[in-house]
Amino acid sequence: MKRFAALLDRLVYTPARNGKLALLADYVRTVPDPDRGWGLAALTGELALDHAKPALIRALIADRTDPTLFALSYDYVGDLAETCALLWPGDAGEGPAPRLSEIVETLRRTSKAETPRRLAGWLDRLDATGRYGFLKLLTGGLRVGVSARLAKTALAETFAKPVEDIEELWPALSPPYASLFAWLEDRAPRPSPEAAPRFRPFMLAHALEDRSDLGGHAWQVEWKWDGVRVQYVCELGEKRLFSRTGDDISGAFPDLLEGVQIDAVIDGELLVRGADGEAAPFNDLQQRLNRKTVSTRMLAAYPAFLRAYDLLVEAGDDVRGLPLEERRARLERLMAAHAGERIDVSEVLTLSDPDALARLQAEARALGREGLMLKRRDSVYTAGRVKGLWFKWKRDPHTADAVLMYAQRGHGKRSSFYSDYTFGVWRGDELVPVGKAYFGFTDAELKRLDAWVRDHTVQRFGPVREVERRLVLEVAFDSVHPSARHKSGLAMRFPRIARIRWDKPAAEADHLESLAKLVEPRAPAAASGDADLFSR
Amino acid sequence: MQQPVKNKSGPFDWLAVTEAGLYCRPGGFHVDPSRPVPKALITHGHGDHARPGHAAVLTTPATGAIMRARFGAEAGAIEPVRYGEERRIGEVRVRFVPAGHILGSAQIVLEHAGRRVVVSGDYKRRRDPTCAPFEPVPCDVFITEATFALPVFRHPPAEAEIARLLESLRLFPERAHLVGVYALGKCQRVIALLREAGYDRPIYLHGALRALTEFYVAEGVPLGALPDATRAAKDAMKGAVVLAPPAAIGERWSRRLPDPLAALASGWMRVRQRAKQHGIELPLVISDHADWDELTATITELKPGEVWVTHGREEALVHWCRSQGIAARALMLAGRADEDGT
Repeated sequence: MKRFAALLDRLVYTPARNGKLALLADYVRTVPDPDRGWGLAALTGELALDHAKPALIRALIADRTDPTLFALSYDYVGDLAETCALLWPGDAGEGPAPRLSEIVETLRRTSKAETPRRLAGWLDRLDATGRYGFLKLLTGGLRVGVSARLAKTALAETFAKPVEDIEELWPALSPPYASLFAWLEDRAPRPSPEAAPRFRPFMLAHALEDRSDLGGHAWQVEWKWDGVRVQYVCELGEKRLFSRTGDDISGAFPDLLEGVQIDAVIDGELLVRGADGEAAPFNDLQQRLNRKTVSTRMLAAYPAFLRAYDLLVEAGDDVRGLPLEERRARLERLMAAHAGERIDVSEVLTLSDPDALARLQAEARALGREGLMLKRRDSVYTAGRVKGLWFKWKRDPHTADAVLMYAQRGHGKRSSFYSDYTFGVWRGDELVPVGKAYFGFTDAELKRLDAWVRDHTVQRFGPVREVERRLVLEVAFDSVHPSARHKSGLAMRFPRIARIRWDKPAAEADHLESLAKLVEPRAPAAASGDADLFSR
Repeated sequence: MQQPVKNKSGPFDWLAVTEAGLYCRPGGFHVDPSRPVPKALITHGHGDHARPGHAAVLTTPATGAIMRARFGAEAGAIEPVRYGEERRIGEVRVRFVPAGHILGSAQIVLEHAGRRVVVSGDYKRRRDPTCAPFEPVPCDVFITEATFALPVFRHPPAEAEIARLLESLRLFPERAHLVGVYALGKCQRVIALLREAGYDRPIYLHGALRALTEFYVAEGVPLGALPDATRAAKDAMKGAVVLAPPAAIGERWSRRLPDPLAALASGWMRVRQRAKQHGIELPLVISDHADWDELTATITELKPGEVWVTHGREEALVHWCRSQGIAARALMLAGRADEDGT
């Protein structure tokens, strides 16, 4: 537990990805089995120990402290687990610190009545850092910024194995992952990923930067739908839905899984239907994301469906080695039999003339699509991002002229630079924040912006500076959505600094009304004319 | 504007809180006054205790030297007094004894009319290789600081925090570890602790730390090689410890360092939100102030008839004293900050 607590402690304060990777690498390399496996499970959210409700922790600490001193302390610290960790009397004097595996294994066979005594016994054997990690583990709020993907990347880098191999294996494994570590350390062969149903790593696309990259090959062109990439898996009678990082998200989409009965592995876009039966904007889908469970009301308001892109396995037959053309033909045959309310196929677009591609890309926004996907017809399905096979060509961003309002210092290499910019637009004669951006500028521009912020500061709040409302930033963003969290009522998606308008007076920046006009209606306009560009 | 401390039953009308701070009437002097006075007794050299502009100053030789270095001619006429040496000022007997806070820091023992008052100044009870240890003096009234007077503040051993810094150097050998330290006391203690832990590589210093650190060395505290961070080659500082005032973290100065990892040595680092607010990646809980256990253990040991609490979280300590049957009250002194904060 000591090592795990120390790891949590450092992860909390380490914002940079590389820093987190180094900390994770050191942990899995130096901590023995099975503790490191349990630690990994806790970080990736696969270890649920809901043994201690806040009320129990509060009761334990209340038995051991003066109520006035507790109240003053809690008021100062603000977090119950942290207050309790710091206040707990004694300092680890009650015997050797428990191992993480001891805690996990014991808790699983501890009755509810016995739990408080057990917890107190462990708290007596830990120091303040250990107690904090332990309490966070128990209450399930680690919040150290480690995704499952990052943890898998750390394993791959530490033990020099392809991350795709680990991802593919992951759903077949369970904590504390002894067989995984044995393979990673070359002590045993790779565990079988065959435990069904399992995840297959996605094939990914590069952004299209130069259209000459397309020369000399035959391409399949599709819309890039504005949803979330998922993988539907049905094997040996069991169904799962996996996210792009291989997380099992079946629990949040029972409507989709119940409505699709195809013995296959299908790569597609997760979408929800609007009132008109068409794919609704991303903001609607967002209501259904990042939830462990889903209410009946949500199921009715935002019905989910899958728009199929590709076929990976058909009735136990792995077709990833076939060229796209052949996979597509099989997919279309399957869809002819199964397409319905919960699954359909992403249409292939035909290009009637050489300019059609650019025309379609220009049209994507009006149609509520994220852009175009271009896939080589002869491409086999390969895990990861292989250069030259698949490209995405996103719709052009919106832009707005906004005024810099606040700047915050960055992290890591940027910790001495004011590199995170909050900007606003005019509502009448006041500025209201509409977004925050921290990229899109060159290093030279960053230096100049940093100097400008320091020279035009009106007020400082810790790492944040409020600046004179004088500098106009041309902000590019993908879309804008209603937001209850922002004073302006609007929030931008993917904002970045497109240009710094050193020349432009702040009074000429955009107004909120013009931004509000860019909010996409709940259901997009039905696909426009140009019927000749579509074919099935 | 002098108001006697409101103490109807006790005989301590000879000590009063005035606008300038604690005033001893039968001695005609202030202790750590916050504004210029004719006669000042100074516990230690930190800026919220030692200020310029007093006519006459009585303090330890080291604190006197620190004041002269900081204030020049504004330091006033300084009369040094050694630890344990007794003076008579007016009708009051005065003695300075070590407080264990920083080099030269003292508690001031005042005796008058058959009563003894100890003004602790800032203090700690832990071992510190850079200064003399705290000496407990039984007394009728103990005037204590309360910087970390909440039971959540229990500093871990400083040696363990240094071990965490060394561990981080091993994990991130490409990054300069920029440790924010207060220029007087914390800086030199962190260096001394690193040396004790066997760290013998050069430790790079921000220019603002130089003068006081050299003063410590001249006073006989060995600190090893301390090159100038401002003049060092960037590559030389990869994986090195660089010390700077907390305000330099995240400022333009730090750009000369290779991929700096921000650390801060302070008792406040015990509370996560404090560390996160300042963008600290490696909080080191190292303090020159007594933590809750030290504060309460000291009061238990001294068994004073009364405790007066100066600056910090007075409420909790006053509550604790009363729960132990010890009379206690908060003194509202103006102008006290704490150097441990940032």
